[in-house]
Amino acid sequence: MINYALDLGQTAKPEAVLFYILAPLAVAAAIGMLTVKKAVHSAILLAWVMVTLAIFYIAQDAAFLGIVQIVVYTGAVMMLFLFILMLVGVDSSESLTETIKGLRWIAITASVGFGGLLISLLGRATLGRSTAGLADANSNGNVEGLAQLIFSDYVWPFEVISALLITAAVGAMVLAHHERTVKRVTQREQSQARFRSGSLAAAAGLPGPGVFALHNAVDVPALLPDGSPAPSSISATLKARGDMLDSAQYQLDNNDNAAEDK
Amino acid sequence: MNSANYLYLSALLFTIGAVGVVIRRNAIVVFMCVELMLNAANLSFVTFSRINGNLDGQIVAFFTMVVAACEVVVGLAIIVTIYRSRRSASVDDANLLKR
Amino acid sequence: MTSNLIVYLIAIPLLSSAVLLLSGRKANKWGHLLGTLASASSFGVGAYLFTQMLAQPTEERAMTQKLFSWINVGSFNVDASLLLDQLSICFVLLITGVGTLIHIYSISYMSHDLDRRRFFAYLNLFIAAMLLLVLGDSYLNLYVGWEGVGLASYLLIGFWNQKPTYATAAKKAFVMNRVGDLGLSLAIMIAFASMGTVSFAGIEEAAPKASTTTLTAIGIMLLIAAAGKSAQFPLQAWLGDAMAGPTPVSALIHAATMVTAGVYLITRSNFIFDAAPTAQLLVVIVGAITLLFGAIVGTAKDDIKKALAASTMSQIGYMILAAGLGPVGYAFAIMHLLTHGFFKAGMFLGAGSVMHGMNDEVNMRKYGALRKFMPITFITFGLGYLAIIGVPPFAGFYSKDMIIETALNAGGIKGILLGSAALFGAGLTAFYMTRVMILTFTGTKRWDDEAHPHESPILMWLPMAILAIGSVLSGFLFTRGDALVHWLEPVVAPHEHGEHSELLPPIVVSGLALTIVLIGISIAVMMYVRRPVADVAPENVSALTKIVRQDLLQDVANEAIFMRPGQALTKSLVTIDEKVIDGAVHGVGAMAIGSGSELRKTQTGYVRSYSALILVGAAAIVLGIWVITQ
Repeated sequence: MINYALDLGQTAKPEAVLFYILAPLAVAAAIGMLTVKKAVHSAILLAWVMVTLAIFYIAQDAAFLGIVQIVVYTGAVMMLFLFILMLVGVDSSESLTETIKGLRWIAITASVGFGGLLISLLGRATLGRSTAGLADANSNGNVEGLAQLIFSDYVWPFEVISALLITAAVGAMVLAHHERTVKRVTQREQSQARFRSGSLAAAAGLPGPGVFALHNAVDVPALLPDGSPAPSSISATLKARGDMLDSAQYQLDNNDNAAEDK
Repeated sequence: MNSANYLYLSALLFTIGAVGVVIRRNAIVVFMCVELMLNAANLSFVTFSRINGNLDGQIVAFFTMVVAACEVVVGLAIIVTIYRSRRSASVDDANLLKR
Repeated sequence: MTSNLIVYLIAIPLLSSAVLLLSGRKANKWGHLLGTLASASSFGVGAYLFTQMLAQPTEERAMTQKLFSWINVGSFNVDASLLLDQLSICFVLLITGVGTLIHIYSISYMSHDLDRRRFFAYLNLFIAAMLLLVLGDSYLNLYVGWEGVGLASYLLIGFWNQKPTYATAAKKAFVMNRVGDLGLSLAIMIAFASMGTVSFAGIEEAAPKASTTTLTAIGIMLLIAAAGKSAQFPLQAWLGDAMAGPTPVSALIHAATMVTAGVYLITRSNFIFDAAPTAQLLVVIVGAITLLFGAIVGTAKDDIKKALAASTMSQIGYMILAAGLGPVGYAFAIMHLLTHGFFKAGMFLGAGSVMHGMNDEVNMRKYGALRKFMPITFITFGLGYLAIIGVPPFAGFYSKDMIIETALNAGGIKGILLGSAALFGAGLTAFYMTRVMILTFTGTKRWDDEAHPHESPILMWLPMAILAIGSVLSGFLFTRGDALVHWLEPVVAPHEHGEHSELLPPIVVSGLALTIVLIGISIAVMMYVRRPVADVAPENVSALTKIVRQDLLQDVANEAIFMRPGQALTKSLVTIDEKVIDGAVHGVGAMAIGSGSELRKTQTGYVRSYSALILVGAAAIVLGIWVITQ
């Protein structure tokens, strides 16, 4: 921490300026990740942390890794996260109340101890150590230097890692694969079932939602010729999510009909 | 500027990630916190690479990224599978280990 | 001289035993015949070998046969070899001869028993084990037979093990024999440790060089072994209970096998005892005590078999006494053993015959006047009776008289004490055997109406008759020109004449013995002929009689000295086991369960609490590194 304070007083180099602006933001975003309720927000904050890190990589003469970080992490991995979030419910927010007694305090105490000790150790280990810099290593360019290493010294780990990647891809496919337990119903069968189900109304197909009735929205029921709303006009998915509006309020001549009934 | 600052940042982010793994219940958020920890470690590697003046650290960071990608793929697949059967993405609901 | 035939002595009955045990129920028809044939064939082989021995000069009569190399470890070499010498052949002929007669007798005696085939298998096993005992050329080979005899006796005494008391009797015999067996195994170990060999020849060679202490130790251990097997004081208690077995078994145990093993052991080990005077002294003391003990117990027994058992104990005491007297006595011990083999087997078979005719009643007070109903049994039993009390010219007179004479001539106060004990024992023997005769065969009938006394079939009385002839003639034959003494000379050290001054001239000793015997008979006659015999044992008797009826408190003493402390020890060990060891074991278990149920609370099944623990662990590791690199 003393170093940190001393650093602040030093002449600001461009890198230092970059660091002191972005690092607190990254930390703040990371802490924000833990405190926001919605998973989507967490994902966006994480994406921000990753972009920050990518910038830091580039700042540290690791241009290739910086680009890969953006492409692989913010691009691919975070997309995957968002995709899955959509699958499992995009807006399912989570209560931040701790349910396991004492866990939060244990976690915070342990993490403060862990982080403090780690930083103290780092300070002890790095004090008085000069940075060698990557000017020599990157003399032929960062990508060339990495390529040189990957295809010479690290060719074996590289192959193993590639095998791992393939295995993971296959594994994900196996896990995601859904074994069909009943025979798939063909369109022909669905059509036959519709016509044989008794009422011709069913055979004619469900009405469309009330897009053109009162509201320009899919969660509003259509109105039948007698003015009553048709709940069956709303997509089953929306119904399942509970995103359907109460159809009663859209009924025309609500009171008249009630009087006639009486 | 002192490269060690990146290491301090890395340690902080790692710790925050670890806390997130413990206190968040949504499996996807937990996963993201794990990613945060991996990224923090990567930052350390990159910084070490710079301090030591060779590219080995960057290579390791590169490999870590690949491993992280694999892990995300498999992990998310698992989450989807669990969600499919339990209709929940909370890690507390999947406590079958207790019984 | 070697002979390949010796092994057949053992192999034939052993094989027959195996066949009978394994062949199952379909052998029931011919099993007893095979058993008898096996025993008889063994006797035939023995007799043939005996004639071969007779054809050889004295020094070359011993025969050996090496079967195979048994143990070959470093300097320790034991061959499974058989030794047939002048001593062994006496036993071989006795065992197989009397054994065969008992087999024949058993065919009829056990004819109603469903398990007769198994009985004959055990009898053959008994014969084989006893033959191995007397034919082994080393203590280790002897030990195998020794244990085999123990096993066979256990099986036979407990033959009717459906009765718990009989099973207990078998167990008692086995356990008390184990005490003796321990002595024998210790003797073998001491001999091996000090002399490096366990063969008779090797030890005989090494004995003069060994220290007296070692030899005394071996001698005492051998004495314990002999006491166990031969029912000598203080290991005599099993013999009376061993009457639980069928009567032929009693005859076999008491006459031909088992109890004679102790006498054989001491006689065979003469080279040890001759060099260890202390052990030898103990032998005579044990013999003298037992001969009086058995005789006293015999005076109060109403059970005919137990009375005979007590008499066996007493007669074996005579043999042990003689064997303990050293070179002068060995031959007489063996002679008495052989004559005793005839008359005791005869009497046991006679007792069996009586029981056979009396619905297995053993209480002599329920007999009486059987002379008219079973004349052959009466005559054969009577001849045995005359032999055992030592009336000339019957067999017992010669052998017992020799022992008394030798005891008296042992020298000094020892001789007088031993001689008086032997004489007194002879008087007691006369008393209780006369009592048995009077109660059983004379007087008035005291049996119930259900009993229909009748003479036994020929298969039963024929062996009795043969044995009775032996009881009459054997003593006379053995002493013709000191035949047996000279026969045994190569094995036991020669009889040195004139070394001891004779306390009394032989004729006086004989006269004295006969007088005492007559006194014993007259007392018995006065007590049981002149006065009516109650058919229930009177209760208002002196304390001494009561004690004698309880076998001189032998069981009480055993229980007080060994059983009760043993039980107390076991109980305390059980308590320690339950409280301390089980406590510790259960404590460990309870501790594991307790700590488990506590630790279980940390296993919530929540991934997050596990990850919190990982975090705490990581913090602890960092703290450790932090402290170490301080």
